[in-house]
Amino acid sequence: MYNGGKILIGLIIFVGLVTFPFLYGGVKATAKPDPKIDTSEILKMPEKDRKCVESKTYMKKEHMKMLNEWRDRVVRDGNTIYTNAEGKTFTMSLQNTCMKCHSNKSKFCDECHNYAAVKPYCWDCHIAPKEKKS
Amino acid sequence: MSVNRRDFLKIVSMSTILSIGGVASVAGLKNRVEASQISKNPEALTAKRWAMVVDMSKFKSEEDYQKCIDACHRTHNVPHITDNPKHEIKWMWPETYDHAFPGNEDEYRGEKFKEMPFLMLCNHCENPPCVRVCPTQATFKRKSDGIVMMDMHRCIGCRFCMAGCPYGARSFNFGNPRPFIDAAKENPEFPTRTKGVVEKCTLCYERLAKGLLPACVEAAKEVAAKNGTTPGLIFGDLEDPNSEVRKILSERFTVRRKPELGTGPSVYYII
Repeated sequence: MYNGGKILIGLIIFVGLVTFPFLYGGVKATAKPDPKIDTSEILKMPEKDRKCVESKTYMKKEHMKMLNEWRDRVVRDGNTIYTNAEGKTFTMSLQNTCMKCHSNKSKFCDECHNYAAVKPYCWDCHIAPKEKKS
Repeated sequence: MSVNRRDFLKIVSMSTILSIGGVASVAGLKNRVEASQISKNPEALTAKRWAMVVDMSKFKSEEDYQKCIDACHRTHNVPHITDNPKHEIKWMWPETYDHAFPGNEDEYRGEKFKEMPFLMLCNHCENPPCVRVCPTQATFKRKSDGIVMMDMHRCIGCRFCMAGCPYGARSFNFGNPRPFIDAAKENPEFPTRTKGVVEKCTLCYERLAKGLLPACVEAAKEVAAKNGTTPGLIFGDLEDPNSEVRKILSERFTVRRKPELGTGPSVYYII
């Protein structure tokens, strides 16, 4: 093997660099996100009315698409009322409808968004509810 | 199994037609479901084309104007920036006659008229130049009621609209506006803006959608009650011949700002 020593040293350095993050940080999983829906506003509601605009599974999967749709319909068309599958009506507003119940932005929004490293720009303009520091 | 050329073509063409029909009918159904879910608030105020009349004689002092301006700026969380006049954000502001109506200057006009502050706001033009120049359609004219709207989600801050607007009705956020909003007076029901977007009067679209009059019009009513006059800001539908605005326009002499430019402003002034 020509230049065997140099190649071996190079290989060792390369492997060291590649595995450094794993050796340094360890291979432990980040804590799973645990969004909370136990705000005082929600707990105040009677048990049977404690429902979001749509079902929990739908909201989990599609809330970002729904918010985009709400935004476009309100800002561009001036239509502000959303009727869900059960026939209940809601005013389409992130600040005045969603966050009135989910008044715990740090535990409800940020919990998963930080875990998934997504940074929606909602709060650059929309005013987040004031949370009591516990 | 063998298929001859003729049968093969028959099967292919039939299945193509069926699948196109199927896709179209599913798409049609989907649209109908979505359309039934989102609707207008039945209490919303509607018009074909909103317009405003500013009756100058009803405002007795600087304070009276300031009340309307404050009501607007508080409702919409407009920052109060004083350290650099170029960074000032204004949805409503006072202006002198010579600035508001250039081309009509007269050196012998009395001081009273020269210094009289005119209340300025976005003219919600019939043919808005800001909309024509916007590359992202962040500013657009609402077909339903003629409001020249801003979609802050789309604004890229190119400021073409500011160059296009002949009335100076638009302001740019050179920095984060939040430190300049008094937290105690902030309206938690309306968003603020962010660095790098253009903003202007939206004729209180969010209040109209709830069935409320614009904030400045409400404030003008309070001012009128204090002065014992009729309100100085009159709001109504320009396309409705029976509206209050149209009645005033047919009876009183009114002027608009720079109508010769062909923008068709919807704000009228009685001097």
